[in-house]
Amino acid sequence: MTNFRTSVIQLDRPGDPSVFDDATRADAAAIIARYPEGQARSALLPMLHLVQSVQSQITADGIAFCADQLGLTKAQVAAVATFYTMYKRTPTGEYLVSVCTNTLCGVLGGDEIFAALKDELGIGNNGTTADGKITLEHAECLAACDYAPVVTVNYEFFDNQTVGSARTVVSQLRNGERPEPTRGAPLCSFKQISRQIAGFFDDENAIASDSNGTGIPTEVGVKLAIDRGETAPSYAVSSSGSAGASTSTQPSGQTSAHDAPLKTSKSDPAADESSAKPPAQKASRTPRKAAAPKVAEAEAAPTLFGDDDASTSESTEG
Amino acid sequence: MPLSPVLTKRFGTDQPWKIDNYERLDGYAGLRKALTMQPDELIALVKDSNLRGRGGAGFPTGMKWSFIPQGDGKPHYVVVNADEGEPGTCRDLPLMMNDPHALIEGVLIACYAVRAEHAFIYIRGEAVHAIRRVTQAVVEARRKGYVGRNVLGSGLDVEITVHGGAGAYICGEETALLDSLEGRRGQPRLKPPFPATNGLYDAPTVVNNVGTLASVPGIVLGGADWFKAMGPEGSPGPNMYSLSGRVANPGQYEAPMGTTLRELLEMAGGMSRGKALKFWTPGGSSTPLFTQEHLDTPLDFDAAVKAGSMNGTSAVMIFDEDDCVVRAVKKWSEFYKHESCGKCTPCREGTYWYVGIYERLEAGDATSEDVATLLDLSDNILGRSFCALGDGATSPVSSSIKYFRDEYLAHVNGGCPFPGVKTLAGAH
Repeated sequence: MTNFRTSVIQLDRPGDPSVFDDATRADAAAIIARYPEGQARSALLPMLHLVQSVQSQITADGIAFCADQLGLTKAQVAAVATFYTMYKRTPTGEYLVSVCTNTLCGVLGGDEIFAALKDELGIGNNGTTADGKITLEHAECLAACDYAPVVTVNYEFFDNQTVGSARTVVSQLRNGERPEPTRGAPLCSFKQISRQIAGFFDDENAIASDSNGTGIPTEVGVKLAIDRGETAPSYAVSSSGSAGASTSTQPSGQTSAHDAPLKTSKSDPAADESSAKPPAQKASRTPRKAAAPKVAEAEAAPTLFGDDDASTSESTEG
Repeated sequence: MPLSPVLTKRFGTDQPWKIDNYERLDGYAGLRKALTMQPDELIALVKDSNLRGRGGAGFPTGMKWSFIPQGDGKPHYVVVNADEGEPGTCRDLPLMMNDPHALIEGVLIACYAVRAEHAFIYIRGEAVHAIRRVTQAVVEARRKGYVGRNVLGSGLDVEITVHGGAGAYICGEETALLDSLEGRRGQPRLKPPFPATNGLYDAPTVVNNVGTLASVPGIVLGGADWFKAMGPEGSPGPNMYSLSGRVANPGQYEAPMGTTLRELLEMAGGMSRGKALKFWTPGGSSTPLFTQEHLDTPLDFDAAVKAGSMNGTSAVMIFDEDDCVVRAVKKWSEFYKHESCGKCTPCREGTYWYVGIYERLEAGDATSEDVATLLDLSDNILGRSFCALGDGATSPVSSSIKYFRDEYLAHVNGGCPFPGVKTLAGAH
């Protein structure tokens, strides 16, 4: 979230909701329709992303628009807009470059990368280049620690970065190129990605063809399990009550597709080759081949009994 | 312990996120089976499996479901906590990217069990790739009759709304998440009442983590005994361990609960640059640090606590002898300071003072009294805030002083002794 100590929003004018066109109003109505009757306020976070997709920041106009659509006061909307890191108070560049400088990425090189990009671009944290191309920020943990150090551009991942590779990405962006993220969809503008975060995917086919998003660390464990012939217990075996630790071979007569991890791209040369590629390139967009496993309905008959009581609850989740 | 891929078993197959591929790999078989059972039977089954919440706290999932009052005439909700942001934690996003339908199937089963007709998947805003992927999966599931009115002709109605957050770690705390989902600042609520009775829109609500719900279809298919065949009785099941840092092959390793770091390091090819292991987190930065002496500690909810830490999210961040523990904790403290929502004074002020002291330590301006002050601050934060964020902030501080006091004292005279650190002190 945003540091409350410096949370100042410039509400130096009342804001004019009419700067947003009818299409944006229709989108706002579509967001409200996602939530139960009478709970329109739930639409506020996506709606703030929506106004940001028009103006590249949260302005007094955007706040007035959201307040108008949701029957809230502008103070209520501004209170929310100033709480969250992703709502920007100043015009955001075409590309928001975020460098993870939390401990893991920072220690593995993120701090050097952030320092180098500040130097390269001549701007500080949350600064934007004079040509309006790039806004630079340091980010907190982006949940991709197994790909550390990571940089995102409009929230698309560039994995395993170095000072050199991150400089290359940034100079490509400045030259009007759109380097391909390591995972995820091709780059679009900050305004366009804000629209996606608001839940609008205007080209479903393009989204569906986003056939990436996974890489070597994600699959490393399951590939190792296949190499070693290690599996989880089979459903069928265990439901008869005789399960032990995992078996290294397929139990004969048990046909559940769950018996073993599925054949993966182990034999797919494209996947292996990608480990040798320099960062800032796609790991592999080659569709992975897999043996079609037999489909089997598991016939487990779980023992059912209940017990009760406890009165605590989960606290912070990851 | 051997590897035991269950949640990850479809990873690496041909586009497992597409519904046709998912269905070919037993997808939605758990839901079909669940719909032949009574809702209370399902709650009892999950309870019997001893599935414990994968979001960090390890609360028994079946018990959580059983707290939802039935026949109360109110709408019920299932809310998925996909606001993954605990430093080091990186398993919910790959799960959603590779196997979004396993999550959706778990959501549908949970909705049927607790009689909810609307579920919300709250995904952190920065994870736009996962928002895209899960949104697309919900569209596919709706086309095939798994989502919407009269699911598979069973009479069950379930709507699923994918909701993007806006950048706030605190929203991973379940009541802050609910406030955020209601369109407010994400600040935690005082408990009780718990979400089970007064959750989203003040209605009974189950809040579960992604990995928790994705575990449910397997439990329905395999049974409670199958689940308990992996790992210790009180904390069972397959578990995704996320290894990162100074390790040769970082990534997701799914093994039974109770696997040790020694075993995980063996799977991951050992340390990455031939240096000795120095400190590591068993489950994210909010879990007290472990060291070499904990290589053989079973990593499950009970054993980790017994050894002085927590299992958390099984986010195993690994650091070696050339990594400065003071620098690591300084950066985590900066994170907690930034992410403290400001509601509770001990957390808001305490994390602020932590950072000031760490800056002095790194620069060589600290005194040995500062180390005592850090512990004092920890005492004043721990247990004195609404939610666990403040408690979490104290974990790396207190544990690092416990194991590496000498390294702190080395900073008192002349600042960070590790080369290169001081030049980056102003990186923020």
